[in-house]
Amino acid sequence: MSTTGESPVPSLTVERSSMRHLADAQVGVELDTGDMILNLGPQHPATHGTLRIVVRLDGERVVSADPVIGYMHRGYEKLTEFRTYPQVTTLINRIDWLSSFANEVPFMTAAEQLMAIEAPPRAVYIRTVLTELSRIATFLLFLGEMGLQVGALTPAFYGFRDREYVLNLIEAATGGRFHPNFNRIGGLKDDLPWGWIAECRSTMKVVLDACDDFEDLVLGNEIFEARTQGIGIIPASVGAGYGVSGSNLRASGVDWDLRRDRPYLAYPEVDFQVWTHPDGDSYSRYWVRLQETREAARIVLQCLDQIPSGPIMAKVPRIIKVPEGEVWVETENPLGQMGYYVISKGATGPFRVKIRSASFSNVSTLPWLLRGVYVPDVITILASLYFILGDIDR
Amino acid sequence: MADEPGPEVTEAPPAPDPDHETMLAALRAGLGDDAVLEHADAFGDLVVRVAPAAWRDAATVAQRDLSCDYLSFIAGIDWEPAAREGDEAGGDTSAPVQPTERSYGAAGSAGRFQVFAHVESTSRPRGLTLKTDVDEDAPSVASWVSVYPGADWHERECWEMFGIAFDGHPSLRHLYLPSEFEGHPLRKDFPLLARVVKPWPGLVDVEAMPGDDAPAEPAATAEEPS
Repeated sequence: MSTTGESPVPSLTVERSSMRHLADAQVGVELDTGDMILNLGPQHPATHGTLRIVVRLDGERVVSADPVIGYMHRGYEKLTEFRTYPQVTTLINRIDWLSSFANEVPFMTAAEQLMAIEAPPRAVYIRTVLTELSRIATFLLFLGEMGLQVGALTPAFYGFRDREYVLNLIEAATGGRFHPNFNRIGGLKDDLPWGWIAECRSTMKVVLDACDDFEDLVLGNEIFEARTQGIGIIPASVGAGYGVSGSNLRASGVDWDLRRDRPYLAYPEVDFQVWTHPDGDSYSRYWVRLQETREAARIVLQCLDQIPSGPIMAKVPRIIKVPEGEVWVETENPLGQMGYYVISKGATGPFRVKIRSASFSNVSTLPWLLRGVYVPDVITILASLYFILGDIDR
Repeated sequence: MADEPGPEVTEAPPAPDPDHETMLAALRAGLGDDAVLEHADAFGDLVVRVAPAAWRDAATVAQRDLSCDYLSFIAGIDWEPAAREGDEAGGDTSAPVQPTERSYGAAGSAGRFQVFAHVESTSRPRGLTLKTDVDEDAPSVASWVSVYPGADWHERECWEMFGIAFDGHPSLRHLYLPSEFEGHPLRKDFPLLARVVKPWPGLVDVEAMPGDDAPAEPAATAEEPS
């Protein structure tokens, strides 16, 4: 090869300005490649079951999200029309399976109102205690599991461990860890076993200590704060319009708690505080649930002090026929507002039951809430909304 | 029972709830007297039936004038009596026997289908059930999505379960059921498919207890399963 003369390699100097234009064009082309569709679920661990979210992504940012539900739809509203009133308890236990006892209470109250039966005071107090125990069990799982979703394993173990103490109490009183099926129209199946009240008192101390642990372990954590603060903000007006309820709405600064505002069970006779947080983000939802766990333990302790003696069942006919009428009963369940609109035609079973479950409305905000957030934040937002699939799909 | 105390004999009819009167007055002012058809008190809950043409305005009035900013649910009712054992439509021996003549609940109804909704206030202890009639031949009613965004899913559920369309809904598509599903499961003439495939063995005979004055209804017991 000739080494003389002009070099065969062309000059590499090009005008800088044209390079820059080229680079700009390249970036523009890449951004224009179209959105990516990502399927979250239906088996994603953050979804507590089978919720599928079809997310349209522009890079890391969510353009639109469409939750696909119904993988667990069991048609309880239809099934209740084929059951007698006492049989319906078995079904509604499985709506929100983490706090089954709390599901039973509003339905039983609805039937009792239609029949003009009142449960005796002792039964009312035991119902209150067991409802709050379900709340503690549900929230302890949340307090641990929310940490898991941002990458902290330790709180999950604490959460599961401490929830077990509470589930043991529920099992000791009702015979079932998850599905007590303990309510009867007019009262309860059984009285509390011997020694249960003392056991429950000591467990509440464990729960209160656990809350302190979670506060130290999670709330002060820099990573947890970075992942949750300012993320997934639900303004109060939007939340109410979507029917978001419970702790999720109180974390948006709405001071609304059915236990205080629509008194039922023994709540008027105990002293408790309704906690709210002005921010409305994932962090505040965690914070509010932590305070409410403490508050629930306080309610249980007060109820145990005040619990009256006496019968646990009212006088109820052996074949239960509920007079004609319709009634709407709502309660403050761990996940939010739970309500039954029961229409009776005087038969042994309901004519129509509309089941209003909290998670259904809480999750229906997702198309609005997930717009514009980053993919990792989708997981923390889902975890902080805290839903149960059975409560969405019914 | 004769030995039970009967407080209902001496009990005077309860006085109307003042807040119910306020809510009714606001609804009448906002919708016109003709649009508010009937109202009833269902165990402390005010049930108001409004004319179908005023359905969306009723939501607006509830949200704006009654401070009911919270949507609890929207659902449908089918007042058709349920098919029973021996009916040509096919029956179910396990289902509780409902009356065969059609009757309507609180605040009445003009026909078979109704849509009802419950709204509440988060700032004061107040709630309200609104009902409206839906034409059986062309079941359709105005959508609430523009007032309460949460109506979206509730109306989709009501549409697939009852076949009631919502005018102005952005996308009425299946929510729970697969998109190829045919029929409207919560209508009373839709059979419970699990029971059609495998018949229920029948009600258990209830033996009369010594204390009972009358034996348990023999009519309620089904035939012996063979």
